[in-house]
Amino acid sequence: MKCPPFSYHRATDVADAVAALADADGEGKILAGGQSLVPVLALRRARPDVLVDVNRVPGLADLAGREGVLHAGALVRHTALAAQDGHPLVAAAAGWIGHTAIRSRGTLGGSLAHADPAAELPAVLRACAGAVHVAGPGGTRRVDADGLFVGALQSDLADDEVLTGVELPIPDAWGFAEFARRHGDFAVVSVVAARFGDRLRVVVGGVAGTPHLVGGEEALDALDPGGGPLGPDHVDRLADAAADDVDPVSDLHGSAGYRRALTHEMTRRALTDLARAGDRSATSSHRREPV
Amino acid sequence: MRITLTVNGTRHRLDVEPRRTLADALREDLGLTGTHLGCEHGVCGACTVLVDAEPARACLMFAVQADGSTVRTVEGLAAPDGTLDPLQEAFSTCHGLQCGACTPGMLMTATHLLEVEPAPDRERIRAEMAGHICRCTGYMGIVDAVESAARAVRAPS
Repeated sequence: MKCPPFSYHRATDVADAVAALADADGEGKILAGGQSLVPVLALRRARPDVLVDVNRVPGLADLAGREGVLHAGALVRHTALAAQDGHPLVAAAAGWIGHTAIRSRGTLGGSLAHADPAAELPAVLRACAGAVHVAGPGGTRRVDADGLFVGALQSDLADDEVLTGVELPIPDAWGFAEFARRHGDFAVVSVVAARFGDRLRVVVGGVAGTPHLVGGEEALDALDPGGGPLGPDHVDRLADAAADDVDPVSDLHGSAGYRRALTHEMTRRALTDLARAGDRSATSSHRREPV
Repeated sequence: MRITLTVNGTRHRLDVEPRRTLADALREDLGLTGTHLGCEHGVCGACTVLVDAEPARACLMFAVQADGSTVRTVEGLAAPDGTLDPLQEAFSTCHGLQCGACTPGMLMTATHLLEVEPAPDRERIRAEMAGHICRCTGYMGIVDAVESAARAVRAPS
């Protein structure tokens, strides 16, 4: 179908975008890559009065690694994320998003603000304990990954706030595994495992309204391999723990039991990848291409 | 809203409603009906064109967003005298199409692939073409066509 009518505002800078959203009084939406928003409009599931196009706002597409953190502007496209080598986990995850024609337009900030619980980048942000920068009428604020995702397709952003940048801490070791019915689809279940020092974070996508952090913040010690190598037995125990920890629902893509089984297997694969990190040089072989 | 688009080397000035997609602007305003619309929500790949040399779904981009951009569509592939380009020739030879609904998008994605990777293997070709749905061919002829065109482009006869 064709999109419903809207008025279009091409923002010149972040303050202009915030002002345009504030003027729209809750009926405005940011238009970035448009790869999620435009289908929603075409299917008439939303009828915003105003689209605020941020694609030409200068300075929002910068990408730089500093002190173990990848700092990325909200407008960095998935193709650029997949091509950079400063944060190999986010590069691998971005390669699983859609297809080239989607990745060339879709943006990091858009994916995080859209907050699809089965999308790759929200799970990566949470696994890396990252944060986003948000600009609004009252100034700017920093929202960490645990606070950003409120529910399925719901973020902490207010109607007049714009996500401007992302901090993604670079893990010492990582693993990523996803199962989708066809390449380019959203995950039925995806698992991101990231180790920072001796702390291990395992996040499961597709099993709840938000990316699910296994064990929650408090129980991370239980996942801690104690700094030693992660052997097959430990990987299996952690996969058991992940499968026990999730509470998925059934839908047409898979039953709750199937998702639990996938959680086990994807966790096992992601952690096996992570455990191999010590043996491999930087980003080499385990960047398995989605097919 | 007034915009400028350069399509297949020709500059056009258009006045479009903001909700006009790039695909509709190409088809309805410029009469370039080679770009096909299938699903109109980004899934089928039929409307794929190259915007500033990158493949994009023309149904997921508003024409106003392409203001000032350079767009390549399927009409730009063949030579002015009608001689097919190597990919078009290969799609025909390898039976990479039947009804042709999906073909314009397939050709533009394959054009981009061969521009950035002149010698892709079959797995790479399959991965790149996976963003397109074809209900006729079963895809084997399409993969054969891209592989065969890549060979033809590398070693012109």
